[in-house]
Amino acid sequence: MELIFDCSRPGRRGSSIPKLRLPAASAVPENLRRKVPAELPELSQLDVVRHFTRLSQLNYGVDGNFYPLGSCTMKYNPKFHEEIARMPGFAELHPLLPQLRRGGALTQGALAVVYGVQTLLSELTGFAEATTQPMAGAHGELTGVMMIAAYFRHRGESARKVMLIPDAAHGTNPASASMAGFQIRVVATDGDGNVDLEDLRKKLGDDVAGLMLTCPNTLGLFDWHVREVCEMVHAAGGLCYCDGANFNAIIGRLRPGDLGFDVMHVNLHKTFATPHGGGGPGSGPVAVKEFLRPFLPISRVVKRADGTFYLAYDFPESIGYIAPFYGNFSVLLKAYAYMLTLGREGFIRVGENAVLNANYIQAHLRDVLDLKYDRLCMHECVLSAKRLVAKGIHALDLSKGMIDEKIHPPTMYFPMIVPEALMIEPTETESRETLDQFIAALRKVVAMADTAPEQLHAAPVSTPVSRLDETQAARKPDLSA
Amino acid sequence: MPYIANTDADRSEMLRAIGCFSFDQMWEKCGVTEARPHFNLPSGLSEYEVICHFRKLAAANAVHLVNFMGGGYYDHLIPAAVGELAGRSEFYTAYTPYQAEASQGTLQAIFEYQSMICRLTQMEVSNASLYDGGSALFEAMMMAVRVTKRRKAVVSGAVSPIYRKMLEDYSRNLDVELVTIPAGADGGSDPAAVAAAIDDDTAAMLVQYPNFFGHVEEWSSAIETAQSHGALAVASCYPIALAALKTPGEMGFDVVTGEGQSLGISLSFGGPYLGFMAVREKLMRKMPGRLVGRTVDRMGRTGFVLTLQTREQHIRREAATSNICSNENLCALSALIYLSLMGKNGLVEVAQMCQSNAVFCRDELLKISGVEAVGPGAFFNEFVVRLPMDAAEVAGRMIDKGYAAGFPLGRYYHGRENELLIALTEKRTREEIKGFVNAMEAALWN
Repeated sequence: MELIFDCSRPGRRGSSIPKLRLPAASAVPENLRRKVPAELPELSQLDVVRHFTRLSQLNYGVDGNFYPLGSCTMKYNPKFHEEIARMPGFAELHPLLPQLRRGGALTQGALAVVYGVQTLLSELTGFAEATTQPMAGAHGELTGVMMIAAYFRHRGESARKVMLIPDAAHGTNPASASMAGFQIRVVATDGDGNVDLEDLRKKLGDDVAGLMLTCPNTLGLFDWHVREVCEMVHAAGGLCYCDGANFNAIIGRLRPGDLGFDVMHVNLHKTFATPHGGGGPGSGPVAVKEFLRPFLPISRVVKRADGTFYLAYDFPESIGYIAPFYGNFSVLLKAYAYMLTLGREGFIRVGENAVLNANYIQAHLRDVLDLKYDRLCMHECVLSAKRLVAKGIHALDLSKGMIDEKIHPPTMYFPMIVPEALMIEPTETESRETLDQFIAALRKVVAMADTAPEQLHAAPVSTPVSRLDETQAARKPDLSA
Repeated sequence: MPYIANTDADRSEMLRAIGCFSFDQMWEKCGVTEARPHFNLPSGLSEYEVICHFRKLAAANAVHLVNFMGGGYYDHLIPAAVGELAGRSEFYTAYTPYQAEASQGTLQAIFEYQSMICRLTQMEVSNASLYDGGSALFEAMMMAVRVTKRRKAVVSGAVSPIYRKMLEDYSRNLDVELVTIPAGADGGSDPAAVAAAIDDDTAAMLVQYPNFFGHVEEWSSAIETAQSHGALAVASCYPIALAALKTPGEMGFDVVTGEGQSLGISLSFGGPYLGFMAVREKLMRKMPGRLVGRTVDRMGRTGFVLTLQTREQHIRREAATSNICSNENLCALSALIYLSLMGKNGLVEVAQMCQSNAVFCRDELLKISGVEAVGPGAFFNEFVVRLPMDAAEVAGRMIDKGYAAGFPLGRYYHGRENELLIALTEKRTREEIKGFVNAMEAALWN
């Protein structure tokens, strides 16, 4: 499709702004003025509308197709959440308003939302308090490990410089720990897909600050030894961080706080049904046990005895500002609406249906793809296409074949410890019929490894472009027009 | 309602298909053997009940105030088409464009966004966006630390106090030294003093343009000093102002970051916003965040892909350029649509109106007895006035009169308790400004 710049025609206008009814004036000295306007395109409003409508039609979204991208929890995003986020009482609210004298009284509704999210998240996860500041999951990880660093600094144990991270972890875990000043020590996964306890024992020591563990883990499995793992880390003086990327599996069934974790982030854009936005904005609130409360970011929303709310800043042990304000507030609005809609009974059903749907897929595909860990999975299943490699077919080819079946492919090549991995996460909001269609489509594509491998190598053919030359893109980067 | 399609009958059959008689058995086979805890949660509500609840909460917020407050976050016009187009569910219910062939809409939009940012800043390479202006400035600082293998950053005290707090807090566990050069009494950044603090151990010079107090300042000479010492010159910019100001690219900055909220993104009580970052080509492979590149498919057709991913956490893990795993994609899309609608001339007109409104407002305010100018008066749309009494008290009184009058500087700067930071956008009318000035006079003297 043409770039928007190529659609530009001199003199066209796409918006109207009020007429200036004051003398034109500027307080910018002549030598600091822009001489040539930025080369932005000139288009009519309809030109702009058509361009972006057509671009949108080149995308796949949850609303159009099943989107079983593992570890991403692409569940349905309820429509009325968008309406709530657009209410002027929220959308037009300046974030500095509560910092004015008597300003807190002007933002009681917004502060109630932040407080509500903090409180309900704490209850669902089993922790004492939560912060809504982190603006994405990885940002939540960073916040969590910064609190762990602050905790050890406060205790005079700054020698604890090592963060333990399983080999199956998301890449964000080591990257976040590194940004908080930690060195990384990798812990192996055992033959059942759990943390290798022997290896963990070897890796623990008085230089260890903690362990970052995804629960359920990144193989889509519930670690049988999770309590023991937490106990071992605690016994060695470390803290346990729960990466809540996969919280959708256990929500309404288990609370990570009860399992022994000390700090946890959740992804509102996964478990709490806020849209992924094509890659963001997300939101990654962090919940902590009582003893870590002093280290939470500021400001904190506090409830007075009379039921009103205020922002509190006076926490000398706090790690400080993680976001400029209170986090991605309009994402919080949507997550809060979701929590209020589901309620207690609703959340109980989320986890069990997410797990049931994933196992249903696993049960119907395990004969044509390999299952490295033969056990029931949680909210997602990880299958391997390694048996097809001899036929010249890789996970990538199956994925591209799925695109021609009009279904978004699963996550591929993650976790790295499973060769030719396909990670499938259906979520609880998909119907059995959709799962059946997906199963049939993937079985068909797998069968093509024998019947029509060249067709899989050529896939996708139904999209606006076929496979793109990524090598050229990286070798001769062309990053702007 | 949990939005679950499957009925009890579906579920029974599905449970059988996976070899279980009940959910309890399913959990047990998964290894989840603990009893379900009691969740102290309210019962679920219907859509209508939830909407009514949020209407009440929204009504408990003051949006009737006429806004003269900025501080880095501005009340600009947003054409309806921005929300309508960015609100298309093909955009907002998609995820990261991992499968390029099925995500050309998002990918081309990011490529166009990157291009717009380059054109606005006159820089060479823009990433796909970061969380916000403050975290973008931190990421720029850390890039400079990596590139120069040095650990000192010289920061102007006229950089937003919120950003400086973020820099300081984010750096606490890292081997980075922040040297802050205090702003002058007039709110100037004092570029000469900033330059004088730069030496051969300096990784970066971090400044804001216009600065937090609204001053528009020439940085060319300080940039030359920084570069002559091998340090990177980094600016945090207000993108609407760049329609009217000498560009940071022309001035010579190596890295340009900023808060993109003003580009068609609602204030929404603090987010989501848009951190942008653009760099010189030599820094392309060192920058954090996603990048989209243009390439060709097997038929030679143009297409777009995520590229230079070996910088990123999913490949490089702890050695990545950042832990960031997303971008503020929908906000970047909104900014792109906004800039497309405004176009070359529209954005200039918006900037012109901001300036004319600000000059008029400041002139009128300075006519009030006891209100004094602060600073040399080289500003874009935001300026500081000194009041004859505590500015926080005045701002409180102005709220009662229906105005968010500005940001009282005493909150972040001791000794500036009587100073108020005031911002004007194209939304303010002549009548609103007149009313504001009259209310200010009454707040001070009645």
